[in-house]
Amino acid sequence: MNGLQMAFAELGLEPHKVVMVSGIGCSGKEAHNVKCFGVHTLHGRTLPFATGIKSANPDLEVVAIGGDGDGLGIGAGHFVNAGRRNIDITYIIHNNGVYGLTKGQASPTLRRNLKTKSLPNPNINEPVNPIGLAIISGYTFVARSYAYDIKHLKDTIKAAIQHKGLALIDCLQPCPTYNDINTKEWYAGEDRKDATGKPQSRLYKLEEADYDPLVRDWKEDFSKKVQALEKAQEWEDRIPIGIFYKKEYEPTFQERFETRIPFYLENPPAKQRIATAKGSSPINLKEFMEELKTN
Amino acid sequence: MILESINWMAGGPQGSGVDTAANIFGKACGYGGLFVFGRREYHSNIKGLHSYFHLRVAKQEVLANINDVNLLAAFDAETVVRHLNEVVPEGGVIVDSQQLNIKVMDIPTIPPEFKDELRKLMKERNLTETLNDLLEEAKTRNVHVFPVPYIDLLNQIGQKLGIDKISKITRMINVLTIGISFALFKYEKKFVERAVRATFPQKIADMNVMAMNTAYDYAIEKFQNNFKHNLETIDVSEQRIFVTGNQAVAMGKVLGGCRVQTYYPITPAADESEYLEAHEILKTDAEDQAIIVIQTEDEIAAVNSASGAALAGARAATSTSGPGFSLMVEGLGWAGNNEVPLVITYYQRGAPATGLPTRSGQADLRFALHAAHGEFPRIILASGDIRECFYDAAKAFNFAERYQMPVIHLIDKAMANCSQTYPVFDYSGFKIERGQILTEKDLEGKEYRRFRITETGISPRVVLGTKNGVLWYTGDEHNEFGHISEEPPNRRLMMEKRMKKLDLVEKEIPIAEKLSFFGDQDAEATVISWGSPKGAIIESVNMLEEEGLKLNFIQVRMISPLPSTELKKALSKMKKIITVEDNYTGQLGGLVKEKTGIAPTHYVLKYTGRPVTTTEVYHALKDILMDKAPPRQVLTYGS
Repeated sequence: MNGLQMAFAELGLEPHKVVMVSGIGCSGKEAHNVKCFGVHTLHGRTLPFATGIKSANPDLEVVAIGGDGDGLGIGAGHFVNAGRRNIDITYIIHNNGVYGLTKGQASPTLRRNLKTKSLPNPNINEPVNPIGLAIISGYTFVARSYAYDIKHLKDTIKAAIQHKGLALIDCLQPCPTYNDINTKEWYAGEDRKDATGKPQSRLYKLEEADYDPLVRDWKEDFSKKVQALEKAQEWEDRIPIGIFYKKEYEPTFQERFETRIPFYLENPPAKQRIATAKGSSPINLKEFMEELKTN
Repeated sequence: MILESINWMAGGPQGSGVDTAANIFGKACGYGGLFVFGRREYHSNIKGLHSYFHLRVAKQEVLANINDVNLLAAFDAETVVRHLNEVVPEGGVIVDSQQLNIKVMDIPTIPPEFKDELRKLMKERNLTETLNDLLEEAKTRNVHVFPVPYIDLLNQIGQKLGIDKISKITRMINVLTIGISFALFKYEKKFVERAVRATFPQKIADMNVMAMNTAYDYAIEKFQNNFKHNLETIDVSEQRIFVTGNQAVAMGKVLGGCRVQTYYPITPAADESEYLEAHEILKTDAEDQAIIVIQTEDEIAAVNSASGAALAGARAATSTSGPGFSLMVEGLGWAGNNEVPLVITYYQRGAPATGLPTRSGQADLRFALHAAHGEFPRIILASGDIRECFYDAAKAFNFAERYQMPVIHLIDKAMANCSQTYPVFDYSGFKIERGQILTEKDLEGKEYRRFRITETGISPRVVLGTKNGVLWYTGDEHNEFGHISEEPPNRRLMMEKRMKKLDLVEKEIPIAEKLSFFGDQDAEATVISWGSPKGAIIESVNMLEEEGLKLNFIQVRMISPLPSTELKKALSKMKKIITVEDNYTGQLGGLVKEKTGIAPTHYVLKYTGRPVTTTEVYHALKDILMDKAPPRQVLTYGS
């Protein structure tokens, strides 16, 4: 959350230009704690609300925030379909592997055979890979960050907001209450110290690993996707954070409308004057009637 | 007396151009100054199963179908089998002479239930097995049979045009029967030709005109003076349109300022959204505007995207039918809790579950009324005909924004897919009322509370993106700022604030927009109804009145909040109260009883998925007035 506010501040975004749309889960309430428009929606429905807001007024900077259960379980259909539109918003998933508000059930990202604190039995479901799912769904900016690396998180959020198109940040976030496996200490590698006794962090940064996520043209799109999918498989002892995949030339949902409605961005739905000074509709229905006329 | 009319029916397998034929027929009648009412029936299937259009033509406005068919244009054998019984004495059947020897039981598309019925019927009437046998029997009822060699005729046309592809030629069976039909009605050919031209793209218009002409001339020569029904043209100066409910709603939305429409494809709602998308650029005298149509991944996304767009300040709506609305319910509750001006157009169809997906029904009144957990205010409008669909669709946005609550516009498939002739809709008196919206200037230097407690319950709104107006929405119970609060006193204030907005709706919206009264106000018997039965009821009440049987009709146009005081006043003096509805339980009757304490004495119900006709409503009402009817009558007309 600090990362988000810092990113807004550093980008110089005015509070009234930003809309934070959140779902249900521990992350849902975040919208209430940031000084910008906050829309705390339904479980799993952040993306539909965000799509409606952005489509009605593309001038708004829309940031959607949800949990892993919210976006990848109940809202998985929207997760996939948002990618098809490449709508120009930022989507941050707080990924902690559990359903915190309902006391710790397995979320869609918890690995199979893990038994977190409040599970009666080890998890029997395979996890969803948010990075991989985003890439094959058409997201044009796909990144991962870590909640306790505030600087990295802030920089990733900034890059995501600046990206033109749909940006996903898979934000790894230990749940101190219910996930007693993927803890802060686990990510930091407290259990695997080197000879000098220094913990060997499981996390490493893609930007420091000679990794190039940028797709420059359609010819390299496929190979960049494959590269990112391969990276997204890494887990356990080496977990990459940073930008996995980034494509800037894909038209956004808004630009796609613009090809049909040339004035869409200048005069979007929310800003059109739907009534004249006298209160009547300025629209001439004559053309509609003409088509239906029988004499 | 029943309104003098000519009833034409065209039927054939889905995909054979039944709709096109009906559209040409309607237009051609319109050019000749006639009014048309047309009902479209089709299967949930892309190609092959039986579909038909039942059109009623008259010199005055037609409000509903009657049971009669004066001329049946059968594209295939099944149409004859299914509808021959509806053809009245002196009526006619146009049939493919090359199909006369088809064995009825061999027609593969006839479903087994109908075959059983047919078998019984044929046995009773001592008929053997071919289509010809059925037709011969019909002749004894004085039905004229007009056998036409469809394929031979089309081949001739094909030769003239140099087309030898049989599939291209058979596609014109519909136009062929149009030509025959209008020749039999002795209707001016120029109007028909104009209608054919107006229907097809330039490329194929000529060949269709030629097909129509050939058929018309063939029939004049072959069947001259064989048919007593004529369609006479009249001169009219008034401008008229031939319009479906889907189109009327779409135009109403444009008029009402809707600028974002979301939808997931579903019958019979999707046509409206497609029509809007095809007309997305909106012409004005100044700079053009546009409506954007978003096809979402499901109805959950549709309703919530529409809410999002409404919060951002666009007038927004979504359109669906029962299964889709079922998915929208949680989103509806969020909109209610957050006082979102959301409009949902709800086309009812045969239910439950997938039900009768392409048929009509009115079984969702209670569902629309109670959908979503918890209590929150909502407005429900119920249009009774295509013209009302237009005005209500526009008005819904005014109500949604003025009272900051979801508005559900209830329609049914019968209106969505019926076509009707009307004088061009006059919308000069329509005003857009956006309710209280604060601007950057209004807010300057002030502390803004989205859900400020006010006397009326309405808190001035700020659209997302307004400077000085940062605010919060949440599906949780919230305080005035929109932040989560579970405190009991706040909860009470918020519940009362939201709910009392309904008092304002009761007070401000004139009763004339909630109830419509028809017929003799001194009568001691009344019909109460809502939605598409309106037309059949009005015609029936008029017919009964001419016979000296006094009856009036109260059409309920606002279901929520129900104008119960006025209803109670109107009903308390009635000896007979009859509810006419397309459902099993008489849902409006039940609601009226709940809200007024006055129960219907009679129920006239239909749940076959086919809309009520004037004929059957008239008989049902007459029997009640003559004290010959049980308290519950079930109507069944229509195949």
